[in-house]
Amino acid sequence: MDADMPLLDVRDLRVTLTGSEKDITLVDSVSFTAGAGEILGLVGESGSGKSVTALAIMGLLDMPGLVVSGSVRFRGRELVGLSQRALRHVRGREIAMIFQDPMTAFTPVYTIGWQIDEAIRAHEKISRRDARTRTVKLLNEMGVPDPERTANRYPHQLSGGLRQRAMIAMALSCNPALLIADEPTTALDVTVQAQILDLLRGLRHDYGSGVLLITHDMGVVAETCDDVLVLYSGRMAETGPAAALFARPAHPYTTALLDSIPPLTGPRPARLPSIAGVPPSPAARPSGCAFAPRCHYAHASCTTKPPLIVWEEQEVACVLPTEGHALPPRITAGETP
Amino acid sequence: MLLVLLKRLGQTVFVLFGISVMVFLVFLATPGTDPTSRIAGKNASPQTIERVRHEYGFDRPLPVQYATMMKKLFITQDLASYANRGELVVPELAKAAPITLSLAAGAAVIWVSVSICMGTVAAAFRNTWIDRTLMMIGLVGLSIPVFWLGQVANLITQARFHDTWLFSWVPGPGYIPFSESPLGWFRALVIPWCTLAVLFIGLYARILRADLVSVMDEDFMRTARAKGLSPLRVLLVHGLRTSMISFISMFGMDFAQLIGGGALLTEVVFGLGGVGRLTYQAMGALDLPLIMASVMYSAVFVVLANALVDVIYLVLDPRVRDGR
Repeated sequence: MDADMPLLDVRDLRVTLTGSEKDITLVDSVSFTAGAGEILGLVGESGSGKSVTALAIMGLLDMPGLVVSGSVRFRGRELVGLSQRALRHVRGREIAMIFQDPMTAFTPVYTIGWQIDEAIRAHEKISRRDARTRTVKLLNEMGVPDPERTANRYPHQLSGGLRQRAMIAMALSCNPALLIADEPTTALDVTVQAQILDLLRGLRHDYGSGVLLITHDMGVVAETCDDVLVLYSGRMAETGPAAALFARPAHPYTTALLDSIPPLTGPRPARLPSIAGVPPSPAARPSGCAFAPRCHYAHASCTTKPPLIVWEEQEVACVLPTEGHALPPRITAGETP
Repeated sequence: MLLVLLKRLGQTVFVLFGISVMVFLVFLATPGTDPTSRIAGKNASPQTIERVRHEYGFDRPLPVQYATMMKKLFITQDLASYANRGELVVPELAKAAPITLSLAAGAAVIWVSVSICMGTVAAAFRNTWIDRTLMMIGLVGLSIPVFWLGQVANLITQARFHDTWLFSWVPGPGYIPFSESPLGWFRALVIPWCTLAVLFIGLYARILRADLVSVMDEDFMRTARAKGLSPLRVLLVHGLRTSMISFISMFGMDFAQLIGGGALLTEVVFGLGGVGRLTYQAMGALDLPLIMASVMYSAVFVVLANALVDVIYLVLDPRVRDGR
């Protein structure tokens, strides 16, 4: 493998829903790269195309009417347009996925251990007994208490946190190079959330996997990610290293998302700032900047679609920096930048 | 486990008691059913009527009559028919039961296996011409009346083509006991089996297809695909296994009612003297002992079938196992 080649290189990914009178673009020209051992956060509100992007990478979008175009290169190999048969060998073994709701993501009629064994045996020719040994070892590494007994339990007998740990164990069972985690903590208690995030952070050291973390929670991103990509209505709003993006966000949407994190120190605000309005549905997306209708800074030049420009360490799809009105850096009380 | 069995047994006894009381009372409340005058004949003298009434115990209070009938049915098993003097009811039922059981069991094997295949294939190829064709065939089977299909089958195998190589192996209408000749038993029943199964195949295939299609949108199916499993494995191991619930519930009910006499039309068309035909004759003659015996018999099977379905649930779904 080429040393400078990124693990995952997504270029101009576009997902279009055809069939009705007008084609609807769910994901519009999204590009990003993810390196080995890196955690990339994919952030946006519901409906911003985060999950669709993830499913498109996995090749799991094969519903009739959905067209995926652009390029997804994984270790230099093009995944878009690859046959389902070939994709099967990538799924689970090279790119694994964790889903949002651990309650429904396991098949209810089989034990956790059986399902992890199944994942291992789908890709490797090993005996049932060896697969189970590895399953128990993985569960143990994921901090599951009494892994041997837990492996023989059914999904409904476990708590949400344990199930999500088992889910991660299953995803890691074949030592994938990339792990896509689709809102892995959304359905969990806050304390369990923190444990799961710790686990994800540990993966890059212990397994060297790259992680694509999909979330709507900027707090989670701040705690976990190296790089961030902010999506809005299926388009890229801003992308860059997490530290830079948190210190001086260039897109008003990023700023608004950051403002909606409750401050850890200082006086407690009576009301958290929220972003007025709702994101446009992909069918009713404005022709110019998609965020303009909800943006405080919207003006005449926002009626044309802003190109992605390089600004400081980030790339941003907003006209403000080029017009000389870049947003001020954020100074949050109690935080050292 | 023992407790569950005992509970189930208690329920069964309760259900049987309720049904028997109901049949008994409905029979007495039905006009024109006075058994005395039927047994004594049309122009019987008052003395004869009185004698018959006393002999059969119709002059005693109702609860005593009921208790006597239950005792004769379950304990001494010498309950005699009202219509055919001296004919014992229990042996007659015992003679008819294996015929119905053979018919229903064979048909069930066919309809379950064919409908699972049809439903699964249709769901796998949903919204394609394969799906539409299979569901259309199922609908046609569902709509054909069983007596008509049976007659046509008889016409083809017994009359039109009976002398050709194609159907010369089909014996004449009627039942051949398994103990007498297993091959003969099979030959005599295979056409009735298929005829009876056609009705259910369409229905069961449609139900299974609908359940499978809805289960395909479940998160765990996506997880299974994301693990890199083959589409066939995802469909059969994860999808089919989890979508069998309504299929099994329906099967329990349908199978029980067939064994309890629901296969009447098929039995009549193919000349099989099963429970359905026996009950039908008893109804025609308003023969209370026979009606009582066959209703009790069906009730036992309905309860048994329900118990069996519960056990299958326990095996199939661990959530049910913990639920109790």
